[in-house]
Amino acid sequence: MSCSRMESKILGYVDGRLKEGERLEMEKHLSTCGACQLRVNEFRSVHALLDELPMIEPSAAFDLRVRARVAAEPAKQSWWAWFTPSPRVAFAASMLLLATVWVGRYSMSDPPQIDQADIPVLENYDVISSFEPLTELSQAEPADNADQQSQDM
Amino acid sequence: MLDVKAGDEQSFALLLHRYRRPLVNFLYRMVRNREQAEDLAQEVFLRVYRAREDYVPSAKFTTWLFRIATNLALNSVRDNRYQRMEISLDAPVTADAEDGDEKTLDVAEKHPNIEQHLVEDVQRKMIRHAIEKLPEKQRAAVLLHKYQELDYGEISKILDCSESALKSLLFRAYETLRVELAPLVAQRARQ
Repeated sequence: MSCSRMESKILGYVDGRLKEGERLEMEKHLSTCGACQLRVNEFRSVHALLDELPMIEPSAAFDLRVRARVAAEPAKQSWWAWFTPSPRVAFAASMLLLATVWVGRYSMSDPPQIDQADIPVLENYDVISSFEPLTELSQAEPADNADQQSQDM
Repeated sequence: MLDVKAGDEQSFALLLHRYRRPLVNFLYRMVRNREQAEDLAQEVFLRVYRAREDYVPSAKFTTWLFRIATNLALNSVRDNRYQRMEISLDAPVTADAEDGDEKTLDVAEKHPNIEQHLVEDVQRKMIRHAIEKLPEKQRAAVLLHKYQELDYGEISKILDCSESALKSLLFRAYETLRVELAPLVAQRARQ
């Protein structure tokens, strides 16, 4: 294994994440290459130095703040919730339905009485029914039609 | 997480208890501001809660969790950088204001030798500043690799890159750290 090829494996070797074959190959190279051995030692030192940074603790109020923010989240509605009306809408729709039924029943049980005297067409029915020119007109029409048919023939 | 998805509030409390410390520390090392790190960690948990019903266990929960955290941290770091540029183009970015977060209060008890304590303090500052100087993506990769001990596959999913690209990214990052921390590395080699 050349030094340039080793570069890509050095971190895995220091981590202990190389496969068995790769690790053995790496160790074989390290036994003959002082520069790479030095690089490995330096990488190990960097790892050890990074361990020296202490951890910090989340503040005492951290959990409370997360819980408060979660509690303030609006309840998530699923797609079918669209079909479930809110109580207000359901109440209003029920009232409208009841009102419609009530109005419908009232109108069927007590139909409006129309005074015949209020209808202007029927007002002079007697006069129109006995109006002579109109009766002649209705009798003359079939005769005219018969004359026309005979002429056509 | 599947219990949280099923609506078990207690499981969410368990998740919170288990992951708050690693998450806050990861975010703190990314943004170098304790208050901001806690705000971001809260946001991560909130997003987990919001997405609980859509959660599909196709990847490890930690991968999903740290992917959310990394994206938030990277955005925050970029936003902060632009804000700082607006304030001053020259002022160096220092973490001194935040250094006190990691100090132990009872110094005398843990460090009977005050000189030794000062040396360690200087070393910690050097290490912190070396990590800070890394480009954001390299920094995230090192923190996930070193402190969260995630495997290459997980980290590459979190950072949305191939495993080979991640290995190259990590190698460059550790090389930079090796150079930046050369005095400490040499000192350690002599010991």
